[in-house]
Amino acid sequence: MILTAPLAAIGRSTLGLLAAIGRVALFFFQAVSHILRPPWYPREFAVQLIQIGWLSLPVVGLTALFTGGALALQIYAGGSRFNAEAVVPSIVAIGMARELGPVLGGLMVAGRVASAIAAEIATMKVTEQIDALVTLSTNPMKYLTVPRLLAATLTLPVLVAAGDSIGIFGGFLVGTTRLGFNEVGYITNTVDFLEFWDVASGLVKGAVFGFIVALMGCFHGMSSGRGARGVGKATTNAVVSASILILAANYLLTELFFTA
Amino acid sequence: MIDITGLHKSFGSNAVLRGVDLNVETGTSTVIIGGSGTGKSVLLKCILGLVSPDKGQILLDAEDVTRAERDPFLAKFGMLFQGGALFDSMPVWQNVAFRLLRGSLRKPVEEAREIAVAKLARVGLGPEVAGKFPAELSGGMQKRVSLARAIAADPQVIFFDEPTTGLDPIMAGVINDLIREIVVEMGATAMTITHDMSSVRAIADRVAMLHRGKIRWEGPVAEMDAASDPYLRQFITGAAEGPIETLR
Repeated sequence: MILTAPLAAIGRSTLGLLAAIGRVALFFFQAVSHILRPPWYPREFAVQLIQIGWLSLPVVGLTALFTGGALALQIYAGGSRFNAEAVVPSIVAIGMARELGPVLGGLMVAGRVASAIAAEIATMKVTEQIDALVTLSTNPMKYLTVPRLLAATLTLPVLVAAGDSIGIFGGFLVGTTRLGFNEVGYITNTVDFLEFWDVASGLVKGAVFGFIVALMGCFHGMSSGRGARGVGKATTNAVVSASILILAANYLLTELFFTA
Repeated sequence: MIDITGLHKSFGSNAVLRGVDLNVETGTSTVIIGGSGTGKSVLLKCILGLVSPDKGQILLDAEDVTRAERDPFLAKFGMLFQGGALFDSMPVWQNVAFRLLRGSLRKPVEEAREIAVAKLARVGLGPEVAGKFPAELSGGMQKRVSLARAIAADPQVIFFDEPTTGLDPIMAGVINDLIREIVVEMGATAMTITHDMSSVRAIADRVAMLHRGKIRWEGPVAEMDAASDPYLRQFITGAAEGPIETLR
């Protein structure tokens, strides 16, 4: 009995994990099928564009600004070991556009938005507002999940584009004020080395990360347990799962885009 | 109007409904009483399709509710939830007019707002409440708003889930009287679940007692006090001693 206990625990955990993956997959297919079928709620969609997109801009912008500055300092320090200080503008731009812009933007939005979505929907569930929606002939998947999924998928690329620009500007500020770069030279170097796909791949990543953030927020909110503990657990799970999935998806997308 | 036959529902190993049989006639007000956890709310949720029964049949006007088209089916119902279940992200008038602003019953915004203000007036709330948010209202006012929302689209059937929970006795009396007046005025069929015996006497035409997942007693409210069923008697009198097991 004692010898088999660890095996039983591993078995239970594996079954639990597989069941959770199955539930998320079902939720994903349901959500996508509702995206494609009317009715749609444009007013809810507009509200979510503001909530998810516009109100996340300060967080994403500040994160990008400081990251761009720090990146410039690090690349300068590393590059100076083999006389490659001149690569700072191009590496800052490529690093921000391909990786740091979408990943940090996605993680910051996961922290701000996935938690808010999960807490809001879980509270609605606990207080019977989801049941009330159904009795008022309104499908909660269509009214709550679809607007959030669409808004997050469409606004995150815009946030990533803004974050990329602000991050590169952060590198520019540090490069020209602290590292002795010439303003015109820094901009020329950035523009010359940055390619279309560097930026576009980051925007595609942003869209995928936005979908993940809203999906995890809605899934954990809709499947939350009862009471304050249930709401708290849903919120935590939404942020943790969205963050892990963003990092995993980032690796897979980078493999797909840059090693093929 | 509503015919329930052999309804069963379990959650895991917990058998909540164990063969409920109940008939609710058109235009009558039926109150379902029973202890906590006896499945009263689950019964209402099964009728509305919020919970899928394991076995049994629910007919609304001779049509199986599980096969009915959802939107027109749900348009026949209004429901007052125990905690109000008002949407706190929108003002009171949009809560009341929710069904009138979208779906098959959609009306122009101004007309929907006028109807919402009229329904709020019917439950004793002035037009100044319409623009407030639910969080700005007292518990009694929230119940009234929830009642206004339940009747906003003039439903044929109205469900009341513990309508007086959390209210003081005077406000509970006011809500009971409002429910009775509105149900009679609209000619609606009403089903109420409650523990509150003053609600039962104020609202009910008929009473059904749910115990251990089955209807234990059913009859007109006038016959309730004279009934000899020991379970019903214990529930009515609130006695700690009797056939209903209690934890002490």
